[in-house]
Amino acid sequence: MSDYLILSGVLFAIGALGVLVRRNALIVFMSIELMLNAVNLAFVSFARQLNDMTGQVIVFFVLVVAAAEVVVGLAIIVNIFRTKETVDIDDIDLLRG
Amino acid sequence: MITRSKPVHSAIAFLGTLVSLAGLFLLLYAQFVAILQIVIYAGAILVLFLFVIMLLHARSGEGSVEKLRLQRPLAIVLSLALLAGVSFLFLQAGLSEAPTPAAGMGTAEEVGKTLFDHFILPFEVASVLLLAGILGAVVLSKKESWS
Repeated sequence: MSDYLILSGVLFAIGALGVLVRRNALIVFMSIELMLNAVNLAFVSFARQLNDMTGQVIVFFVLVVAAAEVVVGLAIIVNIFRTKETVDIDDIDLLRG
Repeated sequence: MITRSKPVHSAIAFLGTLVSLAGLFLLLYAQFVAILQIVIYAGAILVLFLFVIMLLHARSGEGSVEKLRLQRPLAIVLSLALLAGVSFLFLQAGLSEAPTPAAGMGTAEEVGKTLFDHFILPFEVASVLLLAGILGAVVLSKKESWS
């Protein structure tokens, strides 16, 4: 049982690494999705372990939030690309002090 | 997934990850969640990603100049630390063999019962959130004609 949980930890760490290392905004975004998936796997494993459906229902809510987040986030990325002609997050530094 | 330089390759690798996760969900008696995973993630979210990648294909790569030199090694160290911490917690929990699943666990019927028995308010809030997402996407992708 803890194999699944370790796997979800590994996936989460890979996602966090992707967010920290990659500079293409699209890949950073995909890494965030990967982290959400890792959390989903942990929820489902605990639902199985505790014989409780609540974990699976919460996965449903995570999916809803992920869908809304992707829609808005991709719209923002497209807008940034329109104005700055790049999606490299190192080039997006308008707020720099 | 995070090592590929082209976003499209990353997206395809992500698709493989999603399908494998759906298989794991099936193994964990979560059939409904597995189907949702395929339909929503692989079917909707990933297609959206691919659309945007194709839309932005020009100059969507990364420049070769790294602005923060310490970022990469520090990121690797930090995520390894995160992995170690999480694994330690999970191993310390000392989970034994999973119990035999309750009858009908993970079917759409059981998920629906739990959802509508205990999570009515979050369900409604989720629908409002989706509406906000739709409106946000429409507003953001509109040409700025009002200013």
